[in-house]
Amino acid sequence: MKKISIVLSILVLGISIHLNAQKVFATKTGQLFFNATGGIEKIAAVNNQVDSKFVDATGQIIFGVLVKGFKFENQLMEDHFNENYMESTQYPKADFKGYIKNIKEVDFSKDGKYPITIEGNLTIHGVAQKVSTSGSLEVAQGKPTIIGEFSVKIKDYGIKGLYIGEKIANEAKIKVNCKFQN
Amino acid sequence: MQIKQFGIFITIFLVSFQLKAQNVDLFAEENNKKVSDIVTSTFKSTRIVNGQSIENVGAGVMDFRISHRFGALSQGGYNLFGLDQATMRIGLDYGVIPRLTVGVGRSTFEKQYDAFLKFKILQQQTGEKNIPVGISYVGSTIFKTIKDASTSYTPYITDRLSFAQQILIASKINDYLSIQLSPTLVHYNLVDSAKIPNDFKSLGISSRFRVSKRVNITSEYYIRFDKLAGYYNPLSIGVDIETGGHVFQLHVSNSKGMTERTFINETTGSWMDGDLCFGFNIVRAFSIRKPKELRGIKW
Repeated sequence: MKKISIVLSILVLGISIHLNAQKVFATKTGQLFFNATGGIEKIAAVNNQVDSKFVDATGQIIFGVLVKGFKFENQLMEDHFNENYMESTQYPKADFKGYIKNIKEVDFSKDGKYPITIEGNLTIHGVAQKVSTSGSLEVAQGKPTIIGEFSVKIKDYGIKGLYIGEKIANEAKIKVNCKFQN
Repeated sequence: MQIKQFGIFITIFLVSFQLKAQNVDLFAEENNKKVSDIVTSTFKSTRIVNGQSIENVGAGVMDFRISHRFGALSQGGYNLFGLDQATMRIGLDYGVIPRLTVGVGRSTFEKQYDAFLKFKILQQQTGEKNIPVGISYVGSTIFKTIKDASTSYTPYITDRLSFAQQILIASKINDYLSIQLSPTLVHYNLVDSAKIPNDFKSLGISSRFRVSKRVNITSEYYIRFDKLAGYYNPLSIGVDIETGGHVFQLHVSNSKGMTERTFINETTGSWMDGDLCFGFNIVRAFSIRKPKELRGIKW
């Protein structure tokens, strides 16, 4: 009798291990757009090499980009972005570390679009700020896609420059679009 | 019995340990992945003063460049210190791909037309791949269209051509200082007499020094190894000022030419005699073709 109970308890434990097995979704080719147009001239760029990972069980999520990977329409603007504003030699990376708050509501086995809220720390130009935003997580054939949109106040990140508030908007709109592999 | 219980305890302990190991912590994953960082903005413009810098025009971008050179300050008040005698060059440079720039220009001096191509052979990088210098090749052709003085010699059309070949070796040492060496070979299809060689070797030494985020001091000097008599080594000192979509380059130089053969080998002024000319370049960049990353995006 006792033996059976031990075997049972081990079995249960084994099953719980299986249940607990966390899955990490990752991508290296996520997209990140930003738009900081303040005047007539469009000040916008895209980065197609967003590195992102998230864990389905805990909702833990990270995003990382190389600042020099942002592509502008105008080369001179790109040079100024790197050299004068982002100082990308000194601060080559920008990243986000946080959690998908309501990850439990997402059923990865069922296709569909789930609203999510993400909270965490965004580090740009070496300055970390708390950010919270809502977005969506879409599951299609077991592969999740996260889409989010939020704004950041440029001056909150210690970025200085002549044109912030004029040609460059005070707030930059950021859009994220990451298709994950499993 | 006690041994049995101990066994169970160990098993549970091990299992729970395994459970713990299953917890992934993405934040703790130190992002040690090293990446190569391309060095950009070695110089602020595609020209240092007169000579080519290692910078290329961005892919799909067209630079409209107006270069102006006034006469020598030593001419005195009658010519308003050289302002009466301006020469200029209008040029268009286009970035075909990030590594390749082509350009054409027209100078008032000798009514020269010129065309060049600049190709980046080696890109300066830091990080995973450390390449301390960048190397580019520049080839340019200069065609003068000014009417020949009538002599007994009947010129060929090709006599009007001269060529310049340059290798640019540049290094951005830090955000504040960049240097460039430019070994140059200029070939004249026609020279004044048989005694004069057709090929002229020289070495350019240039630098950029950052004063503030938008202001840089540049200098450019060419040492001539083969000399045409009566001409001087060109030395130019300039200031690059950046505003939004423009770069202004203001400078003083003893050279009035703007094409390689003219400013390297045919500099008429001497710094010692005060034959300094004030000049400026104005550049406006136009985006002609969107980078492929940006096509089809709705903002």
